[in-house]
Amino acid sequence: MSLLEIKNLAVKVDDREILKGLDLVIERGEMHAIMGPNGSGKSTLAHVLSGKPGYEVTAGEVKFEGADLLALAPDQRAARGIFLAFQYPLEIPGVATMTFLRTALNAQRKTRGEPELSTPEFMKRVREQAGKLAIDPDMLRRPVNVGFSGGEKKRNEILQMALLEPKLAVLDETDSGLDIDALKVVADGVNRLRSPDRAMLVITHYQRLLNHIVPDVVHVLSNGRIMRTGGSELALELEAKGYVPYQDEAVLP
Amino acid sequence: MTAEIMPIRTAAESGFAEAFAALRGGLADGAITARREAAFRHFEARGLPHRRVEEWKYTDLRALMRDAKPLAGVPDAAAKARAKSAGNIFAAADARRIVLVDGALVPELSDLARLEPGLRIYSLAEALGHGSPEFTRRLATAAPAEGDVAYELNTAFMGDGAIVEVEAGAELARPLHLVFVYGAERATAIFSRSLVIVGAGAGLTLLESHEGPDGVDYQINTALDLVVGDRARLNRVKVNTEGDAALHLATLSATIGAKASVSDFAFLTGGLVVRNQMFVKCAGAGTTLDLGGASLLKGRQHGDTTLLVDHAAGGCQGRELFKSVLDGASRGVFQGKIIVRPGAQKTDSRMMTRALLLSEDAEADNKPELEIFADDVQCGHGATSGALDDNLKFYLMARGIPEKDAEALLIQSFVGEVIETVRHEGARDALAAATLRWLGERP
Repeated sequence: MSLLEIKNLAVKVDDREILKGLDLVIERGEMHAIMGPNGSGKSTLAHVLSGKPGYEVTAGEVKFEGADLLALAPDQRAARGIFLAFQYPLEIPGVATMTFLRTALNAQRKTRGEPELSTPEFMKRVREQAGKLAIDPDMLRRPVNVGFSGGEKKRNEILQMALLEPKLAVLDETDSGLDIDALKVVADGVNRLRSPDRAMLVITHYQRLLNHIVPDVVHVLSNGRIMRTGGSELALELEAKGYVPYQDEAVLP
Repeated sequence: MTAEIMPIRTAAESGFAEAFAALRGGLADGAITARREAAFRHFEARGLPHRRVEEWKYTDLRALMRDAKPLAGVPDAAAKARAKSAGNIFAAADARRIVLVDGALVPELSDLARLEPGLRIYSLAEALGHGSPEFTRRLATAAPAEGDVAYELNTAFMGDGAIVEVEAGAELARPLHLVFVYGAERATAIFSRSLVIVGAGAGLTLLESHEGPDGVDYQINTALDLVVGDRARLNRVKVNTEGDAALHLATLSATIGAKASVSDFAFLTGGLVVRNQMFVKCAGAGTTLDLGGASLLKGRQHGDTTLLVDHAAGGCQGRELFKSVLDGASRGVFQGKIIVRPGAQKTDSRMMTRALLLSEDAEADNKPELEIFADDVQCGHGATSGALDDNLKFYLMARGIPEKDAEALLIQSFVGEVIETVRHEGARDALAAATLRWLGERP
């Protein structure tokens, strides 16, 4: 059984068809990248996988470890091991980052029938992971993402991923808004989390992120479908030639 | 010939007239009787306020108050027994408890022993009985709330309450907790009147809790006259957890001297129809005033916060932040008016109200007003109302937090911002805990 199996997925947003029969299979431990022009449906795929409201699935199915993913609420998907690193992490005034991390981790453990982590054990894990990402402990006491720089917000996403230990991490345009130094810190964080038990789906418009996070498989998404699949060399080809060869069909209805 | 149109008296208005006629026969307190009669005439001329009376536009008391309950008698042993565990919300604040059952100060339930130097506590009934010159003088002085119907009714019917005097310069480390509890078995009407005088340079933390049983449609009309002297510091925190059928009308009538520091916070979760009105006059220059509140309402609750800040002297700073969380078919009302009198230059006053609507049927009415008669001032007001942010909710859920917990976390953070402004740590913790309890009871 594959970790994730998407068959003929069609999705509408506000009556507009965005995904038009998408097929994708991800095995455990694989790193996949989805590249594509703006408006091709990359973020829609990320949102549909994590259960964001406002997307209407009109056809197809998504199986996660054999179970119907689309029937589950976002929190249940998270507890089963799906993690979305947001393109634009949200600010939550009034909720301390530490409280947020702890509530999330314990909620997932509770859903899975595992005991809550003790405070010392939780603190130990947070400190360890925060240290690897060069996150200032002071940042953890501040409200979630409030007043954080773009780089700090993305590092905070990776910290959450490290603590929640998902089976499938979907990284939605994680490189957007990052300068090259911040990009390296985030990419190193992601690479440290690669493991045979963890698959990743990296969604990006640009190839530069894939210099730091090298994928096993690269897909080109255009006009709501996977147009081509190849190895990491495909990313370089796209960088050189652009998406134009894949967009001819996009202008056709 | 023109026919004079006489408004038809409602059952409640007739009830008040009968009750006052009965009360008048037994009154012997001279100057105070005259004041009571004037107050009742003021009420009779106007009747209960309704939606065409601007100050009561959103709280149509004529419609909301079906009848006037009989005046409460002296609390019996059973009522006192029921009052024993009252005021627990502030249990951790280590406060001196003064317990008022059905409006009457009950010495045997109160901690009146070894009062700190400079502190005097006695009952209004005692003051009325002895014709306390201090209280009579206070009543004769134009109070900021004078002319308000609820306050005038309170003056006409006031029976008992607490009088607290803090001598000039006395700094009370221990908070004082006025515990108001409804103990009668059947529904009655309570008119309690308290007076707190904080002398020049003195300091006091005043906690107030109001509670009663569910399912009894008792009526509370409570008023506090507050006089804060020059350079005095007062922190007041009022909690309302009245029973779910209660009517609660509360009036704060405050006069504040120069260079004083006053904070007032009202936390509301109880009652069916509640109006918390505050008339605050900054009579001296250079005072700091922080007013705040949080109302958490559900079902068919109606919670009205009405505020009048009167800057009669210059150089005062006012900060007002009121938040409401409205679930079910509840209604939250905020009316706030800032007046800056001619000559009250350098006034800096800001008022903000935010409502969070948790259901389609909930309603928030916000009416901020500014009346500025001085030209060198900074005043502002703002009002927002809206639902929980779906994107924030999704962010929390995407991290594994179930929907109800995600909502609770967001509501907690919304309310937390205003609870943070409570200066007394023990009271602040008590309100944060009460918010969690309220969230835990959400369906």
